[in-house]
Amino acid sequence: MSLWVWILLALAAIALGGWLFRYAGQRITANRPYFRDMPYGVAFGYVFAGAAVLGGIWLYFQDGAVFFRWAVHGLLGFAAAAWVFRTLGRTVGTDRTRKFFRSMPLTASFGLLIILIYAVLAIFAPLIAPYGQEEVFQQVNALPGGDPAAGGNPDHLLGTDQIGRDLLSRLIYGAQNTVGIAFATTCLAFFLGGSFGFLAATLGGWLDQVLSRTVDVLMAIPSLIFALLLMTIASAWAGTQSWQLTFYMIVIIAVIDSTRVFRLSRAVGANIVVMDYIEAAKLRGEGLRYLIFREILPNAYAPLLAEFGLRFCFVFLTIASLSFLGVGIQPPLADWGTMVRDLAQFINFAAFSPLAAALPLMAAGAIALLTVAVNFVVDWMLQKSSGLKE
Amino acid sequence: MSNLVEIRDIWIEGRSDEDWLPIINGIDLTLAKGEVLGLIGESGAGKSTLGLAAMGYTRDGVRIKSGSVTFDGIDLIAASAATKRDLLGKRIAYVAQSAAASFNPAHKLIDQHIEAPVQHGISGRTEATQDGIELYRRLRLPNPEEIGFRYPHQVSGGQLQRAMTAMAMSCRPDLIIFDEPTTALDVTTQIEVLAAIRDIVEQFDTAAIYITHDLAVVAQMADRIKVLLRGDEVETADTRTMLSAPQQDYTKSLWAVRSFDRPAKPAPATDATPVISVQNITAAYGRMPVLFDVSFDIHEGRTVAVVGESGSGKSTAARVITGLLPQSQGVIEYRGDPLPADYRKRDRNQLRQAQMIYQMADTALNPRKTIGEIVGRPVEFYMGLKGRKKRERTRQLLNQIELEPDQFIDRLPSELSGGQKQRVGIARALAAEPEFIICDEVTSALDQLVAEGILRLLARLQDELHLSYMFITHDLATVKAIADEVVVMKDGRVVEHGPKKEMFTPPHHPYTDLLLSSVPEMDPDWLTELLAERGRENIGDAAVGKM
Repeated sequence: MSLWVWILLALAAIALGGWLFRYAGQRITANRPYFRDMPYGVAFGYVFAGAAVLGGIWLYFQDGAVFFRWAVHGLLGFAAAAWVFRTLGRTVGTDRTRKFFRSMPLTASFGLLIILIYAVLAIFAPLIAPYGQEEVFQQVNALPGGDPAAGGNPDHLLGTDQIGRDLLSRLIYGAQNTVGIAFATTCLAFFLGGSFGFLAATLGGWLDQVLSRTVDVLMAIPSLIFALLLMTIASAWAGTQSWQLTFYMIVIIAVIDSTRVFRLSRAVGANIVVMDYIEAAKLRGEGLRYLIFREILPNAYAPLLAEFGLRFCFVFLTIASLSFLGVGIQPPLADWGTMVRDLAQFINFAAFSPLAAALPLMAAGAIALLTVAVNFVVDWMLQKSSGLKE
Repeated sequence: MSNLVEIRDIWIEGRSDEDWLPIINGIDLTLAKGEVLGLIGESGAGKSTLGLAAMGYTRDGVRIKSGSVTFDGIDLIAASAATKRDLLGKRIAYVAQSAAASFNPAHKLIDQHIEAPVQHGISGRTEATQDGIELYRRLRLPNPEEIGFRYPHQVSGGQLQRAMTAMAMSCRPDLIIFDEPTTALDVTTQIEVLAAIRDIVEQFDTAAIYITHDLAVVAQMADRIKVLLRGDEVETADTRTMLSAPQQDYTKSLWAVRSFDRPAKPAPATDATPVISVQNITAAYGRMPVLFDVSFDIHEGRTVAVVGESGSGKSTAARVITGLLPQSQGVIEYRGDPLPADYRKRDRNQLRQAQMIYQMADTALNPRKTIGEIVGRPVEFYMGLKGRKKRERTRQLLNQIELEPDQFIDRLPSELSGGQKQRVGIARALAAEPEFIICDEVTSALDQLVAEGILRLLARLQDELHLSYMFITHDLATVKAIADEVVVMKDGRVVEHGPKKEMFTPPHHPYTDLLLSSVPEMDPDWLTELLAERGRENIGDAAVGKM
């Protein structure tokens, strides 16, 4: 009860602060238009943000707030790295790349940097990782940090899992498996959804009806449950070869996700098909292939590319979820979803040993980071393609 | 008496990527109480920007760099948001070009009408509604008692524009800014809106800034005219002085546009086979019939203008000829041979012979392809030319439409002006080496000077290549300039058909007469005289309805 009273009091204080802030601003700057025309809501927002920053600083110096400190370090570190990356891009390279970086907000350059790092890790995993993904060592459940006094092991900087595999190596190989498979799946989903979507938009009529209604039916089933169901069936077919199950997983997730791509490309396509230049091409006697690939597709790149980024995140999360539930990527292949599941019970120790709780959080963090990064880049691309200013 | 609006040495600039580009360069503007000022110029001249600046407002990404705007002694640039809120809508009102896009489709007209008086505390809901009905009556809207309770999609374009003017009047403002209020309307509807606006502005002694690119319209409306060119003022003068004795070369060239006139060609031999013969065509969209028993012939080297209001079926006739909309009855013959009704059943040669040029060059050219690709594709597709030969032919075509190939061949459509885009559209049609071209309102989206250039180009190409044109338009000045024969359409039927000379000399079919008399003329007394002659009830939609 008293908590609510405190919250209300704090809000009242901020509300008063907002009014004072605006009043002081008007007085000090001799009624400059910025303060004069400032709506009260904006003033309230400024003071609220200020209070939040102060609260954050206070929390940072509390002993118990280990995770918060990590988060702050991470945020500041990444922001600095992104800034350096962008500055580098603005000074090095040709005119075109420099212009590209000049128009880029910090969030997008952060996203781009993370994606690049992940791509390098995934491609060169065997060279970068200190050990193999399947290598088992003596010490199990070593904590991250490499400090023997705190339960770590200097040979395994990020610790080991419950059967003694090096977590750093598995995280790096996980990038290869999880991200690589997600990328392949998304490409397949776009190929399927995109071609059927444009076909439906161009031809219309009964073909459009059949395709659209089929997609409606597929979309009506909750996608994760549907994927789980199909994966259970597939695991019965797959036999002992683990690559077969992976193949089935790619196809299943691609088909389920292609329904969303179908919707989008059909909608985008339908807007383009009514343009006069499509009519001109039809009247010229052009074939379907030319219409779709040479006239429609170039004009649909922007929304499709943005959707590709988003879709990639969803596919990637679905794969991690399926792995977490035990039907996705199969051991001994390293995968972030499986890693979270295997080490999940350590989260219970968060209150006593932050390092132990960090074991499952590292893989979860890797997933979260990539998702956020991809979304930042997609947001920026969407904004660019929609032509919004400021 | 001091001026109502005074703009002194105003400089306005707009953002383009990282730079600020000038839009208005140091213009002065004054407006006395009750005076109407016409602002004219081509698109991009900064007319709208200047009009909005008179309200102390700029669009997003545009800023006032220096200068002052004073409205009735109040400095609008330095004014606080609260001060401006009190003025806008109440003492200054704005009427936008497209009423259809400016009304909120989810609310009734009257609810949107009374918003300003109620918001500004001028009157209560009931009085405001009563006043709204009174204004509708003064603007001669049909059923003034009832029309306000309709939604925007339930009234016609001309009525909507008048309802918008009524809305601007709702607080009896001192100043109204009209931003091309009749540009999107047909001539017969336009005249009605013009008469209504002029009356109401006189009745309430409201000052107005009337922005348009149509000289004849501004001649009817304005007391004074200011001509703008690329952000600079060319000249300002009283309407009559300006029309009779323009000082600057640019103004004179604007005035001269309407003088382009091509003598009609001699009639074709009676036994000649027409290039395209439309015989008793009836067509429908689904179950909705749009064309009834339409027939006309187009002979080699001649231009047939198809005239009518929007909805008269002229564009549908073009769709039937191209095969996009198969007819339910009748035949279309190409040089005596019947064409299949559906374009998908026509062979490549039949498709090649009939090309089309579109109204909106923006949507007619694929924005992701270069000019070279756009013009080169039909060359490759029909003529089978590849590589260097294709490029040579493309360059030749660009030369033909008076665009320098080296400069334009690798550009994207977005890097071209409206007139240049339209020229590329013509080049694409020419690339197929057709005998017959359909021009669907090709000049209606262009400024008068640019449009004249396009018409001259089309005329020259016709002489060189013996092309036949079907020229769809609602602008009778264009018809006068380029047509050999005229087909007048109304409600899907051909009401009159004949050589140009016959069409422009009386006696006319009453509908043709209405169309002809509704075209604004450069004479400032034209509207007054026409109203006196025909009476208020016999112009615009009302007159069409009586037929």
